[in-house]
Amino acid sequence: MTIHIDRRRLIAGAAASLVGVTLGGRAAMASSWWDALGSAEALTRTAQRGLLAGAKLAPEFPESSLSPTFRANGSTDPREAAYKKLVQGHFADWRLEVGGLVDTPLRLSLNDLRALPSRTQITRHDCVEGWSCIGKWSGVPLGEVLKRAGLKSSAKFIVFYCADAFEQTLDGSGQYYESVDLVDAFHPQTLLAYDMNNAALTVPHGAPLRLRVERQLGYKMAKYLMKIEAVTGFEKIGGGNGGFWEDRGYQWYGGI
Amino acid sequence: MSHTPTALPAAANANDSGSYLFYRHRLVIRVTHWIGVISMAILLMSGLQIFNAHPALYFGAISDFEHPALLITTQEKDGHTIGVTKIGSVTFNTTGLLGLSAGGTDSHAFPSWSVLPSNQDLGGGRRWHFFFAWLLVLNGLAYLAYSLWTRHVQRDLIPTRAQLRTIGASIREHARLNFAHGEEARHYNVLQRLTYVLMLFIVIPLLILAGLTMSPGLDAAFPNLADLFGGRQTARTVHFICAFLVLGFVIVHVAMVVLSGTWNNMRSMITGWYAIQKEAVRHDDPHRS
Repeated sequence: MTIHIDRRRLIAGAAASLVGVTLGGRAAMASSWWDALGSAEALTRTAQRGLLAGAKLAPEFPESSLSPTFRANGSTDPREAAYKKLVQGHFADWRLEVGGLVDTPLRLSLNDLRALPSRTQITRHDCVEGWSCIGKWSGVPLGEVLKRAGLKSSAKFIVFYCADAFEQTLDGSGQYYESVDLVDAFHPQTLLAYDMNNAALTVPHGAPLRLRVERQLGYKMAKYLMKIEAVTGFEKIGGGNGGFWEDRGYQWYGGI
Repeated sequence: MSHTPTALPAAANANDSGSYLFYRHRLVIRVTHWIGVISMAILLMSGLQIFNAHPALYFGAISDFEHPALLITTQEKDGHTIGVTKIGSVTFNTTGLLGLSAGGTDSHAFPSWSVLPSNQDLGGGRRWHFFFAWLLVLNGLAYLAYSLWTRHVQRDLIPTRAQLRTIGASIREHARLNFAHGEEARHYNVLQRLTYVLMLFIVIPLLILAGLTMSPGLDAAFPNLADLFGGRQTARTVHFICAFLVLGFVIVHVAMVVLSGTWNNMRSMITGWYAIQKEAVRHDDPHRS
């Protein structure tokens, strides 16, 4: 029996390998079909990180394209007593804690944040549900704050802790939190935003401070920020997946 | 390895019943066809799941919540709840299918039997959707590379000039469910070719591109991507329309498979081999020469 390899078979083999190696390989290493499906996330993140190299900016829009009504999603009026008290005091007693793997832990008031370099941008906010709104945001680039705190070399992720529990639970697992890696943390459009559409952030939109991560979906952009922590990994935080929604099955990488 | 096709599919296995088998679909075509079937089915169902999270469509960059182009919801009528589908300012009662179904127990836009997973689960729907989106794209690229290289596209899918001239007759024959017999069945007819080319080179690529445009990451990587469609929300609407064009194609395609010989067609897409009747050219059709 002679082995006959023709051109088409060679291509067929190459084609099958392309599909097989990229997806099948990842899927086979996963421990369950659920993880196998989730393995596409790494492919998406790797592909997008490649395409976004060089800190490409999310599109910015002219003032004329602002949404007449910007929908507020997630918590829109946190019930926590501590937060209610801060609202009553117009956030005079609010402080943003910056800690974890940093050289200089910080406690910053709104005035401290407003005194730092600022950036204003008009961007499109894409909700994971499918809708979009355009808003104008002003705030401190997160990188400016992190530079002042000084990240230790072991810091790989920035975790954001919020004042709101989006799900009321006894064990506190319903507390909203999020995380980004250093690529997004130091992206020029990643802001700790205190103003929206030329006015101080309102409660539905996350007063007094919310995160903007313009190249990802809305659920990444935590509202009601209380604390920022630099960490090596987030396995031991919350449900271990890097965020409130991630603990409930959403992708950690929200660029798609 | 005896089935290795030559450049032109070979006839073989003549038998005494007046038909012979001919090798119609090569292995790569068959495998990519079925991977495509599975991917498309899962993408459609998980896509409807994602749509159910915000069952409205818009045109432009942003969502004008007060004026959606399409909205599937419930509303009160004569003291009870009905499912409605609004297209622009026109409202249709779609109770039982869209907006409200399962005897009034399912108030999602698309009913639970049509979505994946079957319960309301946006995160789960996205997991299914993106895994099979990657599979569809890689599978599609493999298919295209193979069928361009082997000239399957050029030889079997692009309609010939002569075929295009007979388009009227072909439409009449399809309308009468009069399908090709004998040697004629060895080639795709002009309507098949036009439909396959439309799906493979226009509708499905547009569907994928519109899907990619919904990604905020890719919109940053390619700042003009959304403008190509006139905004992200238009891209989402185009994605939705193209998905239903593919569904429409699938329904017609399956109907044609059944009407023109279910088992012969299925065998040819599974094993490659398609039975040709050795006729006695039929003269019962005056339009066929």
